[in-house]
Amino acid sequence: MARHEGRGMASVNYPIGMNLGGDPSQALIHSNPDGKFTVALSAIDLGQGMKQVSRQIAAETLGVPVEDVYVDTADSDTGPHDMGSFASRGTHRMGNAIIVAAREARGVLLEAAAEELEVDAGDLVTDGRGNIHVRGAPSRSITVKATAQAAQFKQGKTIAGRGIFLIPLSAVDAETGEMNPNTAFAHACLVADVAVDDETGEVEVLRMTSAYELGRVINPRMVEQQLVGGAWMGMSHALYETPEPYYPDTAHGPRDFSEYLMPGPGEIAPYHVTVLERPAPDGPFGGKGPGEMCANPVLPAIANAVYNAVGVRVDELPITPEKILRGLKANGGVKPGPRRGGPVNWR
Amino acid sequence: MAKIPVQFRLNGTDRAAFVDAPETLLNTLRRSMGDFAPKYGCGQGACGVCTVLIDGEPHLSCLTLSVACEGRQVETASGMANGPELHPLQAQFMEHFAAQCGFCTPGMLTAARALLDTNPNPTRDEVIEAISGNICRCTGYEPIVAAILAAAGSPGLRRA
Amino acid sequence: MLELRKDLFADERDDNLNVVGKGIQRQDMPGHVTGLTRYFDDHAFDGMLHLKVVRSPHASARIRSIDVSAAARAPGVKRVLRAADVPVNKNTLLSLINFGKDDEPSLAVDKVHYVGEPVVAIIAESEAQALAAKKLVRIDYEPMPAVFDVEEALKPGAPVVNETYPANYFEYHERFDHQKLRFGDVERAFAGADMVLEHRYQMSPIEHAPTETNGSIAAPEQNGRFVVHSCAQGLFFALGTAAKIVAVESNRLHFIGGTVGGGFGGKVDSLTEPLAVLGAMVTGRPVRFVLDREEEMLYGSPRGAERIYIKDALMRDGRIVARYIRSYFDAGAYTRLSSYAAIKCTAHLPGPYWIPNVASDVHVAYTNRCPSTAMRGFGITAVDFALEVQMDRLAEAAGMDPMEFRILNAYRDGDMKPHRRKASNTALIECVQVAAGKANWPISEQGQRQSSLTGGGAGERGQIPATVLDARGQIGRPETRQSGPTQTLPAGTSRIALSKQPVMEGARDGRAAPTQVPRYEPARPTTQPVTQPLAPAAYAPQPSPYQPVAGQQPPPYQPPPAPPSPAPAPAAQTQHGAVRFSSVFGRRR
Repeated sequence: MARHEGRGMASVNYPIGMNLGGDPSQALIHSNPDGKFTVALSAIDLGQGMKQVSRQIAAETLGVPVEDVYVDTADSDTGPHDMGSFASRGTHRMGNAIIVAAREARGVLLEAAAEELEVDAGDLVTDGRGNIHVRGAPSRSITVKATAQAAQFKQGKTIAGRGIFLIPLSAVDAETGEMNPNTAFAHACLVADVAVDDETGEVEVLRMTSAYELGRVINPRMVEQQLVGGAWMGMSHALYETPEPYYPDTAHGPRDFSEYLMPGPGEIAPYHVTVLERPAPDGPFGGKGPGEMCANPVLPAIANAVYNAVGVRVDELPITPEKILRGLKANGGVKPGPRRGGPVNWR
Repeated sequence: MAKIPVQFRLNGTDRAAFVDAPETLLNTLRRSMGDFAPKYGCGQGACGVCTVLIDGEPHLSCLTLSVACEGRQVETASGMANGPELHPLQAQFMEHFAAQCGFCTPGMLTAARALLDTNPNPTRDEVIEAISGNICRCTGYEPIVAAILAAAGSPGLRRA
Repeated sequence: MLELRKDLFADERDDNLNVVGKGIQRQDMPGHVTGLTRYFDDHAFDGMLHLKVVRSPHASARIRSIDVSAAARAPGVKRVLRAADVPVNKNTLLSLINFGKDDEPSLAVDKVHYVGEPVVAIIAESEAQALAAKKLVRIDYEPMPAVFDVEEALKPGAPVVNETYPANYFEYHERFDHQKLRFGDVERAFAGADMVLEHRYQMSPIEHAPTETNGSIAAPEQNGRFVVHSCAQGLFFALGTAAKIVAVESNRLHFIGGTVGGGFGGKVDSLTEPLAVLGAMVTGRPVRFVLDREEEMLYGSPRGAERIYIKDALMRDGRIVARYIRSYFDAGAYTRLSSYAAIKCTAHLPGPYWIPNVASDVHVAYTNRCPSTAMRGFGITAVDFALEVQMDRLAEAAGMDPMEFRILNAYRDGDMKPHRRKASNTALIECVQVAAGKANWPISEQGQRQSSLTGGGAGERGQIPATVLDARGQIGRPETRQSGPTQTLPAGTSRIALSKQPVMEGARDGRAAPTQVPRYEPARPTTQPVTQPLAPAAYAPQPSPYQPVAGQQPPPYQPPPAPPSPAPAPAAQTQHGAVRFSSVFGRRR
């Protein structure tokens, strides 16, 4: 009876947005008379942070404080069409639509400010703190609030914008599979350290170390949320989850959280992520989208770590104690692989 | 079926409803009293999103009969903040970005509150034990554990 | 713990931004921690009814008769819905984008195709009454043979799962029983390889298990409309699907959602909205249709179980020279989105590596299981598992360290991918280097020096090779599944036009719209590191201390003869360059 430690890795990429395109997103932005902006969308926030990502992209493009932007989603009466929140498309597709809408609204904002300041709109800049001023001459300024009031009540201007982003649908060649699938790809490499008990077959994930390249990070705290939660889900997929333990037999399916296994707070593995930013040429500020891929490298990295630890390949997920014990029996015992490096360079 | 009157104190306010005998506290809170903080997740006591405090003890409101709450003190996540002032757990959940979809958050906060009310300085293992009946599918639990540990010992903690 | 490595690719970015890149608190967080966030079910309606469905206990059965008379008379029951009550009782989700044939009823007609298929819907005053009435519905079934395995389902004579696709496969391009990928000549490469490794991988079906189960509330609204509180992941997707099935104009539906208690792909299918809307229309009352946890677990569509076979040609120096993948998506009884995933999977192959010869046959097979659907990483997660375990095996067979092996075979900027578009904006090598460094997993100095920016696209790496085609898997002709090559497509051949520029309407008529995203004054100084041009050195990794088991020694690999006068590769870069924020992160020279 012994615990055997092992280390495995995997590297992956992930396409951003619906394969083949054809998945438009629209955004509408307008200002209150006092310069507070509303972004109206029909995009869905299912926890991934669509609202906040939209808010930061809108604020950045408008040139106003993030507190002055509110994202209203999703009401089909007020939010224009969006394909939906799936395929890691939200940040990329909707982010671009918001930039287009915000640029238009910003154009009117600067035009209204130019009229008040009696300068050329092209000479104006925003300071991101609620002021508009002449480039290089911060004293010649007007607030966004005063500008919006003037636009609304004096000049009769609509500080508003509309935007759509669409990558036109690509055909697929029947014989070769030629297509224009996606324009942006994110990347990752993950190392998993595990311990395998050769008596019980249980696998403990000791720690994970990864590097993700995600284009521009729009909000690092939310990227961390996705990557940490996704790694947990990857661990769960690798070691626990199946609604049909004896696939393809449909009997014995778990009916609830007591029968469907997932790791709990006691099974958390310490995790270190390094994030690289190679901006996507067509992403919003170069952003890609980490929402889906963050579980993917965990599954094979754990499988490879188990092999490194005890010499058992499990090619059918999940990697259950039963499968490991059967593998050990078939192999005639533990056959550890080479040691790979030393203690991790973090924590 | 004749309805049964039930009265209890919800987040410090006396509330009353007429309920069916088998009605759960979860349904009464949501459908009769408009407190939507406790959620339906499984109806089987296995996910914890319906967790409320009854006389300071954590209970699964999906498995609790409303009639059994007569005269008791029921608290939900809706009542955690003191006006605009957040409970330290709420503040630390925010600080640690310990919610994504947010659906498990009210139950998670309530379970954590039950812990800190009786054990203001828990160990990491005690925190894990306290929330082990609460399922979260988004966060991987780590930020939740960190938030609860950060709130522990906070001067703003108050006995329920 | 998250660490940002701002030094990498710094010359492709301008970090002089005000809001983007900051860890600002989420807009929705205050609502989450105070319990104020409202999900679809957090809305009160007076007189709300509850809808529950009677589900099939059989994986495959003919419906002889349905008797709902007792259920209709049960206490509290307002209405019982059967297949004939659904105005358009056949749909496929992707019909909204004109892909695939309608194949799935909202309520089963004549036959059931999986355990859990909805047959009858009961609408009652309370959930308890609806559940009680369900037990009074009498359905006489004649059980039929069923098939649960993807490869069994594709054999001649297998039970027909889905009458719309009677051979149990989704039809691609009205020509083939699967989606093909052909790039180069894999058979020739296999014949000339030092080693050939072939393995089978099986993904488990997986439940999305969001803490909030699927559901919706539909209610009559003023002006003759219906409001629908929905957990949909695509609001207009659900609206369009419901409008089609209940046959109303889309502007009579008012969908509200956007705040969803987890989805992971499991809330794309509009599982409840159409029947809830129909219920509200026929009763004139608010109708709530929410799956309970057991329904969500057993009948809320799972991640599809994929079976994947990978065959690789490997040279002793660690180069992969051919990869052939045959895989099967288990769609369950109906298409849902599996047809889309198979194409996405095809585009993803052979993973983030450059391999000169790649082919794949990706099948979508129907079985008598619960229809599967999108889940986080749809089309990719399972094949990544298979590819990366296979890569681990290949590295061992080549006697190489797994990290070095990834770097050696990694794709780089300019490399031609098998779907005939050039890779750009790649960063796999850098991810491997950084992860290895952080994990204290030593890699050679030569491996450290490699870069995604250099060495890609050189020579054959940037070309579309001469490609062997075949007619394998013609629709309705299972005997063609093993047939051989039919023709060779000349090198450089492209048949699919590049996508047009993305449409970005709105900005062009913005009056004084600046052409660039805003800058902030005073501009903070930005560093402009000088990048040393790296020679695209041929990467020969260090010999590994452990050697693979000596196997047979096939003849050394001969690259296929150069095709006659290869046509220049078309401008294969996908010219999607939408908004080029040149001032923000445009690459500086």
